[in-house]
Amino acid sequence: MIVPFGHVLFLAGLLFLMGAVCAAARRNLIMILMGVEVMLNAAGLVFVGAALHWGTLDGQAFVIFIMGVAAAEAGVGLVLFYYLNRRTGDTDADSYHTLKG
Amino acid sequence: MTLYTGIFYLLGVITLTATAMAVTRRNLVHAALWLVVSFFGTSLLFYLLGAPFLAALEVIIFAGAIMILFLFIIMTLREEAAPRSFREVWRRWRLPSILGLISLVLIGFFILSAASSYHRLMPAMAAPIDFGRFLVTDYWLPVEIVSFLLFVALVGVLYLGRATDELEEEESLPSVEEEA
Repeated sequence: MIVPFGHVLFLAGLLFLMGAVCAAARRNLIMILMGVEVMLNAAGLVFVGAALHWGTLDGQAFVIFIMGVAAAEAGVGLVLFYYLNRRTGDTDADSYHTLKG
Repeated sequence: MTLYTGIFYLLGVITLTATAMAVTRRNLVHAALWLVVSFFGTSLLFYLLGAPFLAALEVIIFAGAIMILFLFIIMTLREEAAPRSFREVWRRWRLPSILGLISLVLIGFFILSAASSYHRLMPAMAAPIDFGRFLVTDYWLPVEIVSFLLFVALVGVLYLGRATDELEEEESLPSVEEEA
């Protein structure tokens, strides 16, 4: 036996909430994106635990898709920050209150 | 209590500590490096829970590719961390932390009330070859969709990340500082 399934869920829940609090509390856009990465990672942990719980591979397959989405999101998000940084000169989320240009 | 149980809790403590350090650091480079530690911990948890292929991918994609991308951007932007007063930090973290704690209590309640939470996980291992075969027979369409998503992301990144002088030539709208 490893652990009860609930312990895996609780660990993943704690990780997810840390990411969510980071994304909500931090002002720096890069830290917000890191919080989102932590949340996606925690979701992956739930899927792997569930795959072991039910003894099927479907849960593990979904982690592949989560990783694909995380990679695409990180790439597009970071290049957007880079692009915006050339205009405003900082990475503070409060600076981006305009949609023009 | 077996050896696996001890390893699980040890990895859990490592992952949680590294994540907590990552989300609270003022210095972005330190935050990124702590997050790498957190992803290594998660990778070992994946291995413990019977997903060796995903453990390898976690190191390659999350700890490798994504965090290196973060470090590149952090170094490009030259962001300096200004020290901040305790009062201001508290003001920013207060509401998210309270909401997070409420959510944690709710998560704990739902986990405790579900019967399957008490099901004991037995060690098992999905061989990478079986997993790969399963992925391309049962999930070939989602795999294609994700690959298309990555292609679209690549096109978007190439469009947004054009060379600076090229960008300034096409600049027709005034920038934000000029307006202000």
